[in-house]
Amino acid sequence: MRKIFGFHGGIHPPENKHQSLEHPIRDAGIPAELIIPVSQHVGAPAAPCVEIGQAVLGGDVIAEAIGVVSVPLHAPTSGSIAAIERRPVAHPSGSEALCIVIDTDGEDRWRSLEGVEDYRTADPAQLLERIRECGIAGMGGAGFPSAIKLAPRNPIETLIINGTECEPYITADDILLQERAQRIVEGAQIIAHIVQPQEILIGVEDNKPEGIEAITAAAAGTDLQVVTFPTKYPSGGEKQLIEILTGKQVPSGGLPADLGIVCQNVGTAVAVRDAILDGRPLISRVTTVTGDAVSKPGNFDVLLGTPMAHLLHLAGYDERKNRRLIMGGPMMGFSVPTPLAPVVKTTNCLLAPTESELPTPPPAQACIRCGMCAEACPASLLPQQLFWFAQGKESEKLEAHNLFDCIECGACSWVCPSHIPLVQYYRASKADIQQQRKDQAKSDYSRERFEARQARLEREEAEKDAKRAARKKAAEERAKAAATGEGEEDPIQAAIARAQAKKAAQTNEGSGESELEKLERAVVTTQKRLDTAQQKLSAAEAEGSDLVDALRTGVEKTQSKLDKAKAALAEHQANHSEAPAAAEEPPVDAAQAAIQKAMQAREADAQKSPQEKARDQLGKLEQRLAKAQQRLADGRAAGEEDKIIDALSASVDKLREKISETRAQLAETESA
Amino acid sequence: MPLLRITSPHAHGPMSTSRVMQHVLLATVPGIIVLTHFFGFGTLVNILWGGIVALACEALALALRGRPLAFYLKDYSALVTSTLLCIALPPYAPWWLIAIGVASSVLLAKHLYGGLGYNPFNPAMVGYVVLLISFPVQMTAWAPPRGLGEVPGLFEALLACFSPASFDAVTMATPLDVLKQNNSLLLEDLWQENPQFGRWGGIGWEWASLAFLAGGLWLLYQRIFTWHAPVAMLVAITAMAGMFYDNGSSASGGSPLFHLLSGATIFGAFFIVTDPVSSAVSTRGKLIYGAMIGALVYIIRVRGNYPDAVAFAVLIANFTAPFIDYYTQPRTYGHARKGDS
Ligand code: SF4
Ligand code: SF4
Repeated sequence: MRKIFGFHGGIHPPENKHQSLEHPIRDAGIPAELIIPVSQHVGAPAAPCVEIGQAVLGGDVIAEAIGVVSVPLHAPTSGSIAAIERRPVAHPSGSEALCIVIDTDGEDRWRSLEGVEDYRTADPAQLLERIRECGIAGMGGAGFPSAIKLAPRNPIETLIINGTECEPYITADDILLQERAQRIVEGAQIIAHIVQPQEILIGVEDNKPEGIEAITAAAAGTDLQVVTFPTKYPSGGEKQLIEILTGKQVPSGGLPADLGIVCQNVGTAVAVRDAILDGRPLISRVTTVTGDAVSKPGNFDVLLGTPMAHLLHLAGYDERKNRRLIMGGPMMGFSVPTPLAPVVKTTNCLLAPTESELPTPPPAQACIRCGMCAEACPASLLPQQLFWFAQGKESEKLEAHNLFDCIECGACSWVCPSHIPLVQYYRASKADIQQQRKDQAKSDYSRERFEARQARLEREEAEKDAKRAARKKAAEERAKAAATGEGEEDPIQAAIARAQAKKAAQTNEGSGESELEKLERAVVTTQKRLDTAQQKLSAAEAEGSDLVDALRTGVEKTQSKLDKAKAALAEHQANHSEAPAAAEEPPVDAAQAAIQKAMQAREADAQKSPQEKARDQLGKLEQRLAKAQQRLADGRAAGEEDKIIDALSASVDKLREKISETRAQLAETESA
Repeated sequence: MPLLRITSPHAHGPMSTSRVMQHVLLATVPGIIVLTHFFGFGTLVNILWGGIVALACEALALALRGRPLAFYLKDYSALVTSTLLCIALPPYAPWWLIAIGVASSVLLAKHLYGGLGYNPFNPAMVGYVVLLISFPVQMTAWAPPRGLGEVPGLFEALLACFSPASFDAVTMATPLDVLKQNNSLLLEDLWQENPQFGRWGGIGWEWASLAFLAGGLWLLYQRIFTWHAPVAMLVAITAMAGMFYDNGSSASGGSPLFHLLSGATIFGAFFIVTDPVSSAVSTRGKLIYGAMIGALVYIIRVRGNYPDAVAFAVLIANFTAPFIDYYTQPRTYGHARKGDS
C-alpha cells in the first residue's frame, strides 16, 4: 500500500451522490439547436471560422485556436450554422458571450476520423498537437488546455489521474470510473507516453467502491496504481490531491510541474484516448443532472452546446421547485442565469436544488472569531482575519495573509456559524487588488515610457550636434581645400556622383521599406491620434471636465503634426513622382486612401463583440508592433528627420500600450 | 420567478452562532446541578436573575444602537455571558451585585466595543473583575458546602438575592482562601484541620470541576472549540504547581491536583479560555494563549493578593491575543516554512 498523506482542514458535507448513481449513463440525444460558446477554456477564445448558413458535419472545426493558450471547437453533429452571436452562457463573469449556433439536422453525419495507428511509437509532440487539434481542455472544472499542461517545462516524475470528485452531488467521474474504466486506463497510458513519468497514480476517494473496483480491474497488469484515500472535501483540489498522494505542496504561485507532477482529470483522460485512438474531437461529455427539483437524476452523455433546459427536461425538471440552478457542485459551482445556457466542456454537473435542500443563506451575523473557518481551510489560511481585512479593504494585509493562496473552495463559508459569505469577500478583494496592480503597472509603464522618451530626445539632440559639428568641419575643410586650389574637380561630375549615390541608397532601402510608406504611416498614425484626441476632447467638453484646455492644446498640436506629416508626404510624392516606386502608386491621394482603410477597419471592428475584438486585436497588434519597431530602428539608423522618428516612436508606444490593455482585457474575461 | 444568482458555496454546514451559544449553555448544566447540590439554589437564582438583566441590557443596547432586536437577541450571546458570570459569582449574592456585574459585562465589555465579535476582553471576566475590585467583601463571601453547614432552600435563596438584609448569610472561606492564609502548617495538617478541603480540591468544588469537565469535553466532542487552549492551560497550571509543590511544606503553593480541581480552573479552561472572540485564533496561538493563562493563574493564586485568579489571568491574556495572533500565523499551503527557503 502506498503511503497516504493528509492535508490541513477540510470538511465533510453531506455527499448526496447516491441520487444520481441509480442509473447508468444515459444518452441525451441531439437537441434541435446547439449553442457553442467560443470560450470554454482558460485562454484566448477560439475564432469562428464558419459562416452563417454553412453546412457542417460532425467533427468539423467551427472555430480555430488563437494563440498558444487556446483550443479549437468542433461541430458536435451535422447541421448548419444558424447564427454567430451573443447568447446567455453559464460563466461566473457575465451572462452573455459569443456563441456559434448550429441547427442540427438529426442525421449525425460525420467527417471521417482517423486515429493514430500506434501511439507507442508516435512522437509525443505529434500526439500533443493532436490533443490540441481535438479541442481538449481540462474537464474537471477549470478547463485549461490539456496540450499545454502535458508539455511541462520540467521532467515529470508523477502523473496523477484525478478521479477524486470530492464535491457533493457530482458523480460524473464516478460513473466514468464505473462504466469506462478501460478507456480511462488507455487515456492514462497515452498521457504517460507523452510525459514519461516514473509512476502513474489514479487517485479516488474511498466513497466510490464500485468505481474503485472497476478501475482496479482495468488497471490490473498495467503500471497504473489506483490509490484510495478517505473522503474529505476538497481532496479533489489539485493542490490537495498532490499533497495527499505525495506529501508535497505546490509552491505558492507555482505549478505542479515544479514538483515534477502533472494532474489530469479522468474525463480528460477519456477525451485524450478518444482523440488519439479514434481521432474524435471533444464534442460531448458526461454531465450529472441532480437535485431535488429533478425527478430522474442521473448522468448523461451530452453534446457540447446542448441547452441546459434540454438536459434538465430529460431528467424530469420541475422548474416550480427550483430557485437556483447551479453549474458544478454546491461548494464551488456558480449560479446559471437561465436554463437556456448551453452545456460546455467544463459542465460536470447541473444541480437543481429545491429551497429546502439548499436554503437561501440567512443574513450574516457578526464574526465570533470561533476559528472554525481556520480549522476547515485546506490552504491553512486564517479566513477570519482575511474577512476582517477584506471589510477594511486593507490590501496589503490581505496579501501579507496570503489571500491569493485561497482556492475559493468554500470550506470556510460552509462551516462559519455566523453564515458570513467569506468566499464572496475574498473574490471581491482579489478582483480589487488585481485591478490595483493593473493600474499600478500602467502608471509605472507610462512613467518609464516618459523617462525613456526624455532620454532618447537628449541622446538624439547630442548626436545631431555632433553631426552638425562634423559637417561644419568638413565644409570648412572643403572650403579651405577649394581656397588653396587643391583637389580640383569638375562640379558637374560631383553632382552626378551624388545623385547616383542617392539613387543607390534608395534602391537599397526599397528592400526594407520605402520613404513613401514611412510617410504614409506617419500620416495614418497621426490621424488616428488626432481622432482619439478629438473624441476625448468632446467627451471632456460634454462632462465639463477641467481637462478641456489641456486636451484642446493636445488636439491642436496633433493637428499641426498631421498637417506637417501630410505636407511631408505630399512633398515626397511630388519630388519622386518620376521614381519607379511612386509610379506604381494608384493615382488617388495615398494619404486619404490609407486613412480610409484604417477607418473601414475600425468600423468593422466596432461591429464585433468586445471580447472578440480584443482577441482579434491582440494578434494584429503584436504583428504591427514588431513591424513598427523594425521601422523605428531603421528610421533611426538612417538618421531620419525628427518628426518622422517622433511619429514612428509614438506609434510604437501606442501599440505597446494597446497590447497591454488588450491583454489585460483578455485576462480579465478569462480569469473571471 | 427568475433564478436566484448567488455565489458559491451554495451549501452550508449545520452550525450557527445561536447553536454554538446554545451548546455552551447546555454544557454548563451538569456543573450547575452539582453546584446546586452542594451549595443550594444560590447559583441557580444568580443565573436566572442575571439572565433577565442580560437580556434587558442587550435589548437596551441594541435599541440605542438602532439594531434589529429579534435578530441579535436570538444569538444567545448575552445569556452565555451572564450565565458564565453568574456561575463564577458567590451563591446568594444580592440582586444589585449581580445586576452591576451583568450590566458591566454586556454594556461595558461588549456593546461599548461594538457588540458581539468586537470585544477584546472576555465580557464575563470584565464583569467579574469590576465586582471583585468594587465589592471585595461580597465577592468573597462563599457559602459552606453541604455537610459543613445548612444548605439554604429555594425560598431562602430568593430571599438572599432580592432582600439581602433579611437573609442571614453563613459563609466559609474557600479552600483557595485557606491555603492563601496559611503560613505555618504543613499542607497535610492544613487538610486535617480544614474540612472544606475534601479529598483533592475542596468539597463541592472537586465535583463541580468534574461536572464542568464533562460539559467541556462534550463541547469538544461537538467541535465547538478545539482542545488546544484548555489543554495548554491545564498543562501549564499542572506544571507550575508540580514545580513548586515541594511536597507540601507550609510555604507550598498546593499540589497540582488541588490546583486543577479547586476554584475555577476547569470551569475557566473550558468555558472562559475558550471564548472565541477574545482569545487567540490560530492553533499555535491558542496553545500559547492557554499556557499563558495557566501560568498566570498559578502565579496570581500563590503570589498575588486575590485567592482565585482566572479572571485576571484571562484579561491579561486577552491583551496579548492580537500579538500572539500576529506572530503565530499558520504556514499557508505552498509557502516555505520559516527558515526554509
Ligand atoms: S467561522 Fe465565521 S464566525 Fe467563526 S471565525 Fe470564521 S468567520 Fe468568524
Ligand atoms: S475558500 Fe479560501 S479561505 Fe476559505 S477555506 Fe477555501 S482556501 Fe481557505
